Amino acid sequence: MAHSPRTPGIVSNRLDSETLAANFTDLHPPLDRHEAHVAADRCYFCHDAPCMEACPTSIDIPLFIRQIATDTPLAAAKTILEQNILGGMCARVCPTETLCEEVCVRETAEGKPVLIGQLQRYATDAAMAHGPQPFKRAAPTGKQVAVVGAGPAGLSCAHRLAMHGHSVVIYEAREKPGGLNEYGIASYKTVEGFAQKEVDWLLGIGGIEILYDHKLGSDVTLEVLTDKYDAVFLGIGKAGVHGLEAFDLEGVRPAVDFIADLRQAEDLATLPVGRNVVVIGGGMTAVDAAVQAKALGAENVTIAYRRDRGAMPASTFEQDLAAARGVKLVFNANPVSVSGNGAVESVTFEYTTQEGGTLKGTGEEFTLSADQVFLAIGQALDGAPDALARDGSALAADATMQTSHPKVWAGGDCTTQGEDLTVTAVAQGRDAAEAIHLHLTA
Amino acid sequence: MADLTTNFLGITTPNPFWLASAPPTDKEYNVRRAFEAGWGGVVWKTLGEEGPPVVNVNGPRYGAMYGADRRLLALNNIELITDRPLQTNLEEIARVKADYPDRAIIVSIMVPCDERSWKAILPRVAETGADGIELNFGCPHGMSERGMGAAVGQVPEYIEMVTRWCKENYDKPVIVKLTPNITDIRYPARAAHNGGADAVSLINTVNSITSVNLDDFSPEPSIDGKGSHGGMCGPAVKPMALNMVAEIARDPECKGLPISGIGGVTTWRDAAEFMSLGAGNVQVCTAAMTYGFKVVQEMISGLSDWMDKKGYTDTSEIVGRAVPNVTDWQYLNLNYVSKAVIDQDLCIKCGRCYAACEDTSHQAILMKEGRVFEVDDSECVACNLCVNVCPVEDCITMERMAAGETDPRTGKVVSDEYANWTTHPNNPGACAAE
Repeated sequence: MAHSPRTPGIVSNRLDSETLAANFTDLHPPLDRHEAHVAADRCYFCHDAPCMEACPTSIDIPLFIRQIATDTPLAAAKTILEQNILGGMCARVCPTETLCEEVCVRETAEGKPVLIGQLQRYATDAAMAHGPQPFKRAAPTGKQVAVVGAGPAGLSCAHRLAMHGHSVVIYEAREKPGGLNEYGIASYKTVEGFAQKEVDWLLGIGGIEILYDHKLGSDVTLEVLTDKYDAVFLGIGKAGVHGLEAFDLEGVRPAVDFIADLRQAEDLATLPVGRNVVVIGGGMTAVDAAVQAKALGAENVTIAYRRDRGAMPASTFEQDLAAARGVKLVFNANPVSVSGNGAVESVTFEYTTQEGGTLKGTGEEFTLSADQVFLAIGQALDGAPDALARDGSALAADATMQTSHPKVWAGGDCTTQGEDLTVTAVAQGRDAAEAIHLHLTA
Repeated sequence: MADLTTNFLGITTPNPFWLASAPPTDKEYNVRRAFEAGWGGVVWKTLGEEGPPVVNVNGPRYGAMYGADRRLLALNNIELITDRPLQTNLEEIARVKADYPDRAIIVSIMVPCDERSWKAILPRVAETGADGIELNFGCPHGMSERGMGAAVGQVPEYIEMVTRWCKENYDKPVIVKLTPNITDIRYPARAAHNGGADAVSLINTVNSITSVNLDDFSPEPSIDGKGSHGGMCGPAVKPMALNMVAEIARDPECKGLPISGIGGVTTWRDAAEFMSLGAGNVQVCTAAMTYGFKVVQEMISGLSDWMDKKGYTDTSEIVGRAVPNVTDWQYLNLNYVSKAVIDQDLCIKCGRCYAACEDTSHQAILMKEGRVFEVDDSECVACNLCVNVCPVEDCITMERMAAGETDPRTGKVVSDEYANWTTHPNNPGACAAE
C-alpha cells in the first residue's frame, strides 16, 4: 500500500520507485574521458605535492593525474592501487574536501581544487572495467596469516600479504565481505553494488580465503588463531555503538543499523522510515543516515548536534549536502529525553554553550516531534580480545601496527581514536602487512 | 573609440584586419559573409592558370595540435590552391568588389614560373577591379612539388624575376608572400624588394607533421595510411612569424618595404604586436577557421580600446614602434642585473619554480619550512624560468638591481653604464674604447 511522506509513523512505500531511484543515484556521476582530461589538465604537477602529503595512503596524485592527462588511465590506476588497493572505494567515499583537495594549490588559488577524487575514480573504474587487478603474487612462502574482518583494513592487509606470497584466511563475522564499505556508507556514494564488485576484483590476486559468519570471540578465539597461524591481523572495526540512557523507546536505534538495512535492502520501497526523523550526532554517519532517511521519503529530517557548526566532524561539504537534500541542521542541541507511549513521539533537547573547554547546558529546552530517532554518537570496540593492551578507547598499536601481542597486528577503526576513515584503514592494513611480511621473512 | 581606418599601399580599409588567402576566402559566399562580419579586406584564395583546376585529396585536409580542453594551438593543411575554375573565381571577385568598394580584395596568384603564364593571368585579374595581387611563393605542399609556391619562394632569384614580371604587367600593388621554410628570411625579402614588390606578406605556413597515429604509424592527417607534410599555422607559429617580420623591418636593405603580418594572429593583442614590429596590417586565417568570422569584432574593439588608452589616433602610429628595440644579442646591456622576486601573498605554493630551478637551472630557489619558496640572490642568474613556469601571473617578477648595489652572485657592484659583449674583456674580438 502506498504511503506519502506525510503518513504518520514508521512506514514503507513513501515514494514511488522512480523518485527513489533518482534520490539514490550516484552522488558524483563519473567523469567521461573529455571531462577527465579537462579536469586533469588543471593539475600543476606540484613539487612535493601537498595533496600527496595529505593522503593517508600517500598516493602519488600528481603522477596519476598526469597519466590520465596523457590518456593512460590504466597506468594511472596502477599508481593509485600500488598505494591503495581500495582506491576505487576511496575515490567515492573519501572526504577529499578535508584531505587532498583541501590542500590542493588550486583551492588556495581559486577556491576550486583539482577534482582529485573524481579523477581517481575515473582511473580506477577504467582499471576495473579493463580486467583483473593488476598485481601478481610472489612465489608461495608457505606462511599462513589470519586476518580478522573483511573490511577495508583487513582486505588491504590480505591483498598485500598475498602479493608477498603468504596465504591468508579471513575470518568475517557477517555473511558478506566489505565491512563498512558494504554496510556502513551511504548508498549514493557507492552505487550498483560497487563494494562487492571491488572485493571480488581484489580477491582475484589469489591466495585469500574468506570464512564468513566467523565472529572473533564466539566462533573463534585469538588463542586458536595465534596457535594455528604464523601471524594475525585484526581489522575488527568498532562493532559496538554508543547508546543514550533512557532512550530505549521503540523507534530509537543506531544509525549504523539503519544504514546497514538500507544497503542490504533488495527494494528500497519496502524499507520503513519515519515521518519525523531525528538524527543525533555530527559525523559522517549522521549525515549518511539523515540524507538517506530524507531520500526514502521522510517528511522532516533533523540532525541535532550538541556542539556548534565549526566543531561538527562532518565536513562542510557533507553539511551542505545534507542541507541541499532538505535535512535541517540544529547545532548546540544536547539530547535530554525521549517521550512516547511505547514508541517514541518526541525528543527533548537542551541548548548548549561552549565555555572554555566544556560544554554547558543553557537551561533552555525545545522538543522535536519524532517517530524515528537514529543515534550516531560514535562507536566502540566490541569483541576485542581482553589480552590485548588498550590505548584509550582503541587497541594499542605501534608505528608498524603491531599490538601488545608479538604475533598480532591490528589496523582500521579498532586502532583509531576517532579518525575512522576508510582510507586510513587501508593505509594501516597495508602497513601492517608490510610489517608482518618483514617479521615472517626475517 | 579610435578610428582603425588603415592605409596599406594606398588601399584604405576600415580596419587593419584582412583574411589571408586560404579556405575562408575561396568563394563569393564566404567573402560576403566575412565583409558583413566586419573584416577590412581579404586576400582571395590563390588562383591558378587557366585550364582544368587542381584537385584536392578526398580525405582529411587538416591536422591539428591541441592544448588543454582541445584548444586549437595549430592547424596543418594539405589543401592546394583553389580547385574551382578560374573564370568562376574572377567573376565572383568582380561582383564582390563592386558591392564592397570600401573593403580590400587582393587576388592571390600562383602560376608556373614562366613569364608567359604570368602575362596570361594578370590582365584577367586586373579586369576584376581587385585592389592588388599577392604572389603565393609560400605554399609548402603539393604545388611546390610542381615547381610553384615554396619552390619559387626558396630561390631568391626566382622571387625577384617573377616579381619583376608582375610589376611590368600589372599596375596595382604587388605583394609577395614569403615562405618561412628557409634559413634567413631577409634574402627572399630583399629579392622581392629588388624585384619592385610593393610589399611582402609573411609568414606562409610552416612545413609540419602534426602527429603520428601510433596504431598504424601514419602521419596525420592520414590519407589511406599515408601522410604528407602540410603547412602549419595558428597561435603556435606566432613567435616565429614575429621574429621574421622584425628581421625584415630592421634590415637596412629592406628599408621602406611595407609588410603585411601573418602567423597566428588570434586576438587584437597579436595584431598590435605584429604592427609594432613593422607590419602595416595583419592577415588572419586560423582564428577565423576556429571561431568563425565574428572574431574580428573582438579584434576591432580590442585594438581600438588599447589605442584609446595609449592615446594613438591612427594605426600608422603603432606600426614599427617596437622595431628600434629589436637588436642583436651582442648589443644587449650586460650591466643590466635583475633578480627573481617571489610575492609570498600571491604564491600558491605549487613548487614548480623550485623544481624547475633545482632540477634544470641554478639551484637559486629555496624551499623552506611550510612550503615557503624564496629566491637565493647569491645563485639567481635571473634566467626567468621560474617566471615562465609559475602558474600565477605576476607572482614572480624580475626586479632590476639599482646601480651601486652589490650583486651577491658575482660580488660586483652594479653599474648604471651600458656595456655589451663587443667591449667585454672576455671577448677576444672586443675593441676597447680608445
